[in-house]
Amino acid sequence: MYEQFKARAVAVGAEVHRVDTYRDAVEFVLSFLKQESVAETSGSYAVWAKGPFLEAVGQESLAGVPGLGFEVTRERAAQAKVGISDMSFAVADTGSLVQDQAAPDQRLASALTSIHIALVPSDNIVPDKAALFSRINPGNSRYIAFITGPSRTADIERVLTIGVHGPERLIILFVDELGGEKK
Amino acid sequence: MKQEFKASIKRALNDANLTGALGKFSEAYKVNRTKAYEGIDFEELRGRIAEAKSSAACHLDEVAETFRTNAEALGAKVFRTRDPEEVKQYILKVARENGVKNVVKSKSMATEEIHLNKALVEQGISVAETDLGEWIIQLAGQTPSHMVMPAIHMTKEEVADIFSKEVNERLDTDIPRLVKVARNELRPKFLEADMGISGGNIAVAETGSIVLVTNEGNARLVTTLPRIHVALIGVEKLVEKFETVVPILDALPRSATAQLLTSYVSIISGPTQNDDGSTKELHIILMDNQRTEMAKDPKFKQALQCIRCGSCLNVCPIFRLVGGHVFGKVYTGGIGTILTAWFDELKKSEEIQGLCIQCGNCTQVCPGKLDIPEMIMEIRRRLVLEKGQPLVQKAIFSVVNNRKLFHGMLRAASVAGKPFTSGKFIRHLPLFLSELTDGRSLPAIAEKPFRDIYAEIEQPKGKEKAVFYAGCLIDFAYPETGVALVKLLNKAGIEVIFPEEQTCCGAPALYSGAYEVAAQNAADNIEALLQQDANYVVSACPTCTVALAHDFAKTLEAVGRNEWLDKAKKLSEKTVDLATLVKRLVDEGRLSFQEGAELGKITYHDSCHLKRTLKVSEEPRELLQQAGYQVEEMFECDMCCGMGGSYSMKLPEISAPILQRKLKNIKDTGAPLVAMDCPGCVLQISGGFDQDGEPVRVKHTAELLAERLKD
Repeated sequence: MYEQFKARAVAVGAEVHRVDTYRDAVEFVLSFLKQESVAETSGSYAVWAKGPFLEAVGQESLAGVPGLGFEVTRERAAQAKVGISDMSFAVADTGSLVQDQAAPDQRLASALTSIHIALVPSDNIVPDKAALFSRINPGNSRYIAFITGPSRTADIERVLTIGVHGPERLIILFVDELGGEKK
Repeated sequence: MKQEFKASIKRALNDANLTGALGKFSEAYKVNRTKAYEGIDFEELRGRIAEAKSSAACHLDEVAETFRTNAEALGAKVFRTRDPEEVKQYILKVARENGVKNVVKSKSMATEEIHLNKALVEQGISVAETDLGEWIIQLAGQTPSHMVMPAIHMTKEEVADIFSKEVNERLDTDIPRLVKVARNELRPKFLEADMGISGGNIAVAETGSIVLVTNEGNARLVTTLPRIHVALIGVEKLVEKFETVVPILDALPRSATAQLLTSYVSIISGPTQNDDGSTKELHIILMDNQRTEMAKDPKFKQALQCIRCGSCLNVCPIFRLVGGHVFGKVYTGGIGTILTAWFDELKKSEEIQGLCIQCGNCTQVCPGKLDIPEMIMEIRRRLVLEKGQPLVQKAIFSVVNNRKLFHGMLRAASVAGKPFTSGKFIRHLPLFLSELTDGRSLPAIAEKPFRDIYAEIEQPKGKEKAVFYAGCLIDFAYPETGVALVKLLNKAGIEVIFPEEQTCCGAPALYSGAYEVAAQNAADNIEALLQQDANYVVSACPTCTVALAHDFAKTLEAVGRNEWLDKAKKLSEKTVDLATLVKRLVDEGRLSFQEGAELGKITYHDSCHLKRTLKVSEEPRELLQQAGYQVEEMFECDMCCGMGGSYSMKLPEISAPILQRKLKNIKDTGAPLVAMDCPGCVLQISGGFDQDGEPVRVKHTAELLAERLKD
């Protein structure tokens, strides 16, 4: 299913990676931030929204990274180049990520920034929407968000153009150690 | 038709940008849509959607109340109203009470329907559309020309001009750069706005959820950044169960833009927190505006199964020529014609309903299983009931209802047409009739109609008999097709009977909404065709076949002449199109073709009624191959040729370019011969080639097959 997901997600312009451990994932993210010259200047920030990944690795272990903040306010997110957040599920047949984004910081980090890095538990790939719908419940998730590739438009002459209002890059990082939904 | 309407059609047809963009899009769409649906059983999928939406439409009030109860339990404020005016007042009240100054909107056709922006701006509220296409047309002061792609009619040059004015800087036409300008201009508006207004693609009663489907990500910002979110949703978007979201999400992006899924889907169930910690005010407005009335109407209830994907526009041969603006200011295309007739008023659809050529393309792709052509026919019927027929039409149809007079006039036309006839064609007509021969010659009326020739044919007497229903075109313009049919059936030992009293099938009247006229034609034909006891009633004209097999009963029922229904049913059961019958005879070994013939390349044009109503497309191809032809498929083989019966007379300016495309697609195959099973298509396409000059022969399949029978 991972391969199918990857093929579908890449087909819509996402970048897909996979690592074993939390440590590998942190390394991936930090080297990416460096590469993108994330810094403590407006327009170059990175914001990291709270979630299972941060809980597991501990926010304090990431202290002191230049430009990286964990308070995802609208001002900070609007001036951030990179947003990092967890996404709970990956849907293989459409290459989509799904998460309950009822908390606004989840949306700010994944909607206002130019680049969104999504951290996904490798065990939470489901085959299709039908399988997904058995695991989501609008009764306790007020804002269920599906993200499939970067923001796109074809409103000018039907020419596909990436990054109109949302991120222009979506980087999906599967983390094996994040496991899956607790049974 | 009014001059103004004709002028708007002319403007659209002469807009090369528009027809170029739409033409390219529709060609790509067909390929991409097919690809997007790979591995999916579309019939099963749309069956589920239609069933769920139909069920909701049956209990609209109950389902809306369930939604209200559940959404309110989650903390949303739900307002239900029938009246678009109340929608505007409600939103203005919310804005006033909260001191709203700036509104950002994501795409919503429901707000277009009630002209909400105007109402907000009049109260001094600044409104920014944030969907790129909507923003472009907002800045341009225009209205959307397509439900899903509102600015599809505009070029990048036009967009660059509009944006240049907005940012006071000369911009070039680089599309990614223009998109970036939109991002930069709209971002502060998102951040400053105190109210976000969205539509809703689905509203789920059992959970009180609304579902928003977008690509750009603007709906996520509209529903996140402002402290107030107002969602305006037409009640046709209601479904009962959460599980119904799955099939709709399977179909909507695939049908709308040939995507497996849009970039973003948001399922919002009750208010969430704002980023300052306060709770968002969530107002959900369920708007009726005639939808309940529509749900109560047995002919139009199905319109509530629409999921607003716009695929009916994308496959429409007319829409891709004229675009959306010809249809009016809000909803466009075939579905737009229906919605305008209801949400606005029936009268408003008077002209635009005439744009539908009844080809049935949209019925094949609609994920809600709407029969748009059928609903447009019903609009025509009601318009005629309400306003009566136009005088000229009435005069014509009064003749059509008098067989002797009608046939007498057709015979006279053979003589009267002489001055204009050159060989088998009429190439030019004088004065106001000249448009009819613009790009297409008309067939000369045959000197001897089929009914006269029939009497001279010697037939083997047999116990198996077929009644032949010729229809006007074969009887009076193409009797040779009738002769071929007799030859084919005789060869299989079937005697052909031609009842003299048969008359026009009524299709021209029916497709003009003149049901009383069509019903009289139906009754006359039923009487004539059932007089003889025969095994089949066969026709070589798909439109006539559809009339006999489907329309007679419906038409008679519609005008309340129910005493005819049993007979209509009997006729329907006996009716068969020639291709199907001949295929059956060949398969049974009762007919065979000369062996070993290599007749070279041929291409085949699918006629609308044969392929989409009678579901016959493989039979004629197989027969032509069995006769020795090599079938070379043309591009868009099943796209309408532009004839559409009287359509080509009423709207020759639209019919002509559709025909030109067809001629090109035929020529591109390199085949010297094109076959088809409809005399109307033969008329249109052979008339086109007569003026085009390309020596492509145009033949009814029956004639090609009759030539190749084994002696």
